[in-house]
Amino acid sequence: MKRVRLSYPYISVWMPLFIIAPMLFVLYYATFKDGAFTLEYVKQVFTTTNYLPALWTSIWIALVTTAVCLIIGYPVAYILSTMNKRVAALVSILFIMPMWMNMLLRTFAWKMVLDDTGVLASVINALTGNSPKLLYTPAAVLIATIYDFLPFMILPLYTTLMKMDRSHIEAARDLGATGVQTFTKVILPLSVPGIISGITMVFVPAMSTFAISRMLGGGKVKMIGEVIERKIMEQNDPAVGSTLAILLIILVIISMAIMNKVDKENGSAGGTLW
Amino acid sequence: MKKFLAFIKGAYLGIVVLFMYLPIAIMMFMSLTQSRSATRWNGFSFGAYQKLFSPEVGIIDPLITTFVVAVISSLAATLIGTMTAIGLHSMKKRPRAVVESITQLPMVNPDLVTGVSMMLLFAFIGIKQELGLFRLIIAHTTFNIPYVIFSVMPKLRQSSDTLYEAAMDLGCSPFQALTKVVIPDIMPGIVSGLILAFTLSLDDFTISYFVGGTKTNLSMLLYSKTAKGGVGTEFCALSTLMFLVVGILLLIVNLRSIRQEKEQAEQRKKVMRKA
Repeated sequence: MKRVRLSYPYISVWMPLFIIAPMLFVLYYATFKDGAFTLEYVKQVFTTTNYLPALWTSIWIALVTTAVCLIIGYPVAYILSTMNKRVAALVSILFIMPMWMNMLLRTFAWKMVLDDTGVLASVINALTGNSPKLLYTPAAVLIATIYDFLPFMILPLYTTLMKMDRSHIEAARDLGATGVQTFTKVILPLSVPGIISGITMVFVPAMSTFAISRMLGGGKVKMIGEVIERKIMEQNDPAVGSTLAILLIILVIISMAIMNKVDKENGSAGGTLW
Repeated sequence: MKKFLAFIKGAYLGIVVLFMYLPIAIMMFMSLTQSRSATRWNGFSFGAYQKLFSPEVGIIDPLITTFVVAVISSLAATLIGTMTAIGLHSMKKRPRAVVESITQLPMVNPDLVTGVSMMLLFAFIGIKQELGLFRLIIAHTTFNIPYVIFSVMPKLRQSSDTLYEAAMDLGCSPFQALTKVVIPDIMPGIVSGLILAFTLSLDDFTISYFVGGTKTNLSMLLYSKTAKGGVGTEFCALSTLMFLVVGILLLIVNLRSIRQEKEQAEQRKKVMRKA
């Protein structure tokens, strides 16, 4: 039973000091001023006109990103799951590898493509004759968020679909279900756990990004992450920055709770099915 | 009809792959142009790569920082993470669940929040901005540990607890049983965790940006030079090099895991045949 002790350095030092304590400091900076408890910063966040619009922008960009990633990613994961296992294992690397690649680099690549004199503008110019403004628009930010987070949607969908018991699909077909029915009544419900983890893996980072909006939004598309970054790195205002960070955490917790609930409800429905 | 469907499927995958890789390909292509700006092709040249290593870009110090942080933090995270995983594995269910969910916090939390929270911690306990390298190593080790733990844990679950006990019965000390039996058994998980931690550290921007202080790594350099304004070809060159290094590491990790799965499947077949 001595092996348990091996985890003590982490459990008694590293975890409390570097995981738990930092979170408490965020809370402390947000709710304490000169050592006394205050709700001043919370009030400031909700009454100053700058912060809430940035929050809404972040939420709608994250929502659109998640929806588009799901629409593009589901067919990819589904097609991969129907392929020969060995081929699929290799091809899936192509789709999942960008997930581990530097997000900043991938965003930077789009900055180049979308630049006024860049590749895309030249192509559009050659086709239509007018030179469009692509960079520093909400569309530019959206393209980059979709691009950056698509692999995070594909991976969980692919894993879930791969693990699915093929005999369920065969049974549905044997019992007379059409292709569409098999999909809507068997495959889709069984892949809900993958959909849910895909949604959280895209929604959370998309909502909190600041580098993407800064590089491709150019100050015209303000997202909450960028506001927090400016508060902390440029305006030396950790109090409001921390308060906004806590707001972000609360939103993350809410979205995860919703997802968990959907998952559970679906789980019980799946239970009664059999 | 079946052939047509297969064609549609292949075409769809092809289009998505194109979407995922075309911007990167364009960037790599542009790193080889002669012109100063990265948006116009103007003849082939390695000029961008030469410029990248010229003193005015100042890449040497960030390059060293990035690698020093990646090596130290991934090794530290592998050591701590492996020890923790072995300990957690023999722990009771309830406390283990608590530790596991706290450990997941840095994986679930937005990077932005992790970065801000670590910065506030360092500011509060007085680890100054000038100690950027130390701050980076601590922060990177912290976000790497969970990935090591969760890549070692499955291997521990696969291996049998009785091996450890058998080793002790046969006269090993607990330490010997660990180093001679348990650790070789979970080695693939440890190595995958190490490579993953190294890659994540090389790649990190957001957390480094907040804790780095006076030290700059490659991602921070790229951000500070390209967030506003134009794009020089030397940064295409930098990005290309970073993509290639990380891409190769990732290919190794992924191909390893595919091979391991194949080996396991064959092993299972052999066992089945014997039974």
